[in-house]
Amino acid sequence: MIHLDYILIISAVMMFAGIFGFLTRRSTLAILLSIELMLNATDINFAVFNRMLYPEGYEGYFFALFSIAISAAESAIAIAIMINIYRMLKNISVDELQKMKW
Amino acid sequence: MELSFLILLIPFLSFLVLGICGKWFSHKVAGLIGTCCLLAVAALSYSVAFEYFFQTERTAEGVLPTLVPYNFTWLPFFVEGLHFDMGIMLDPISVMMLIVISTVSLMVHIYSFGYMHGERGFQRYYAFLSLFTMSMLGLVVATNIFQMYLFWELVGVSSYLLIGFYFTSPAAIAASKKAFIVTRFADMFFLIGILIYGFYCRSFGFEFNEAGFAQGSFMLPTALVLMFIGGAGKSAMFPLHIWLPDAMEGPTPVSALIHAATMVVAGVFQVARLFPLWIQYAPEALSVVAWVGAFTAFYAAAVACAQSDIKRVLAFSTISQIAFMMVALGVCTEWATGHEHVGSLGYMASMFHLFTHAMFKALLFLGAGCIIHAVHSNEMSAMGGLRKYMPITHWTFLIACLAIAGIPPFSGFFSKDEILTAAFAYHPAMGWIMTGIAAMTAFYMFRLYFGIFWGTENKELHAHHTPHEAPWTMTFPLIFLAAVTCVAGFIPFGHYVSADGQLYDIHLDWNVAGTSIVIAVASIALATYIYMGEKQPVAEAMQEKFQKLHRWAFKRFYMDEVYQYITHRIIFARISKPIAWFDRHVVDGFFDFLAWGTNALGYQIRGLQSGSVQKYAFVFLLGIIILLLIMIL
Repeated sequence: MIHLDYILIISAVMMFAGIFGFLTRRSTLAILLSIELMLNATDINFAVFNRMLYPEGYEGYFFALFSIAISAAESAIAIAIMINIYRMLKNISVDELQKMKW
Repeated sequence: MELSFLILLIPFLSFLVLGICGKWFSHKVAGLIGTCCLLAVAALSYSVAFEYFFQTERTAEGVLPTLVPYNFTWLPFFVEGLHFDMGIMLDPISVMMLIVISTVSLMVHIYSFGYMHGERGFQRYYAFLSLFTMSMLGLVVATNIFQMYLFWELVGVSSYLLIGFYFTSPAAIAASKKAFIVTRFADMFFLIGILIYGFYCRSFGFEFNEAGFAQGSFMLPTALVLMFIGGAGKSAMFPLHIWLPDAMEGPTPVSALIHAATMVVAGVFQVARLFPLWIQYAPEALSVVAWVGAFTAFYAAAVACAQSDIKRVLAFSTISQIAFMMVALGVCTEWATGHEHVGSLGYMASMFHLFTHAMFKALLFLGAGCIIHAVHSNEMSAMGGLRKYMPITHWTFLIACLAIAGIPPFSGFFSKDEILTAAFAYHPAMGWIMTGIAAMTAFYMFRLYFGIFWGTENKELHAHHTPHEAPWTMTFPLIFLAAVTCVAGFIPFGHYVSADGQLYDIHLDWNVAGTSIVIAVASIALATYIYMGEKQPVAEAMQEKFQKLHRWAFKRFYMDEVYQYITHRIIFARISKPIAWFDRHVVDGFFDFLAWGTNALGYQIRGLQSGSVQKYAFVFLLGIIILLLIMIL
């Protein structure tokens, strides 16, 4: 059986990779990918904690499934927004998207 | 009696219906609604009066009882026993006022059909008339002084609305504002008086509460005098009279209803209502009322002799006649003593004169309305010789002039004679002063009469536009009121209204009556001599000789200019301007500084809102980390 620490390290790496990507990437698509990474990191945590700590229960799995469904819907919306932005600005780089200020 | 609440409710409903839905009605329908409601009110008032005067049992002392068919507590106070009530109280003077108000108001409603024909805002006019009638009726049947004050303000508002009815004319707007501000200023004293009265007497009722009074013996006269100032404002006593002549900018039927017959006597009614308090606790202060009244009567009569606008003459004559009523109340010296109560004769005289004056002054104003309707001008110069063109107006106007001049058998003679008798009983000087003013009254009224119906005819104008008699809706009220004026003097008024409520037979004191008749006839003869002819050499010579006096009287002894000086040069310049400066610069400056400071700070920190999503996310992350650190450590 794989030790809990290894899995948590993987999920932590995914989480911080996601945060780093979210803060640094220019492309909106890449930012969306980073968000997915962060979400998946938490899903892994849900599943693994359920498995290791409460093997008789299923709440963690269900929550992970639920989160996957939500993230799918969220990406659909995000991509729709991006398409609209692209139609208007011919560009989806966040550097260019600074109109909404002051 | 049980239906007496309808007297207030019907005109109120009529006001609501006409005020809210009026613009969808045609003129005829709106006028009919208002008039029919008033007809119902008048019928109810008469039935209440009949029941009260003829079918109510007098008490053991032979006094008409005070009935309170309705009374409920509206606003209780935390202070024990003090509460504002609303209700209906019937006693001789309030029932008498019900008759006066409903009669005159009904006549004015009918008259307005003709006078306001085709006028823009006809429905609004009838709505306001209903509002006024409701508030005036509420004022007279008030069970306590606070309810009286509420309706007092409501009549003030409806007077304001009706004076400013022609709201496109700047003069009407100025007049309505002036009337409202002057009466409001006086009402402030009324309110202070009410509060003092309520504080010391622990009651707002008209019955006096001895227990509470012990605390301040001089406070009751103070409160009464303050309330009298309020009444003086409403009743246009000198020096608060300045609004009434200007109020003539309103439609003429309104002047007849509000500024001649009903609202302006509210002050007299208020003093009469509080009369038991005056006479028992502040008999010395009553002489203030008497002398203010006497001076006002003289002043207004003097001004009326020189005015050329017929409505202004009538306005000043109204001021003068109301002052007669005030004098009559003021000359009372003692609480009624048996059958020969000379000391409180003035109370009955005042109410009697109020009754007769309301009828013949409304008649005069409605007659003036017919004349203005015919020649389209208020100035006497546009008139003269009108007796040929409008016989009904002429004869009814003559009857009213004879009544106000005090010629028997018209009603004014009887009531004025009682006032003069009361004045002579107070002091011979007061008696002679009032007799002199009565002579002036006869003189200026006949100057007016001859100026309109005889005298120099403005032939050029009349050839251009021949004056014609008014339609029947306008002449019917004239005839009705003239009939009332002819017979009202024979009403045994003392049987119904007297200071102690006992039956009192009016008996003429022929010394006084004879003198007043002789003087009145002499004044009329003088006016006839001066003003009747086609050429008026005497009038011109007099105007030449007393040029300065004439000018002063014509300018109303410059009272308006005095007010103008006091308000503009002293109050505005010395008090209001510094306060305005303080407000603009100090108060506004402080808040401007606050606003400017916030704005400047906002400019400084707005760079944080960069619009870059990733920066926001970074700050968010930092915040979370800091929060976590705080929670962990």
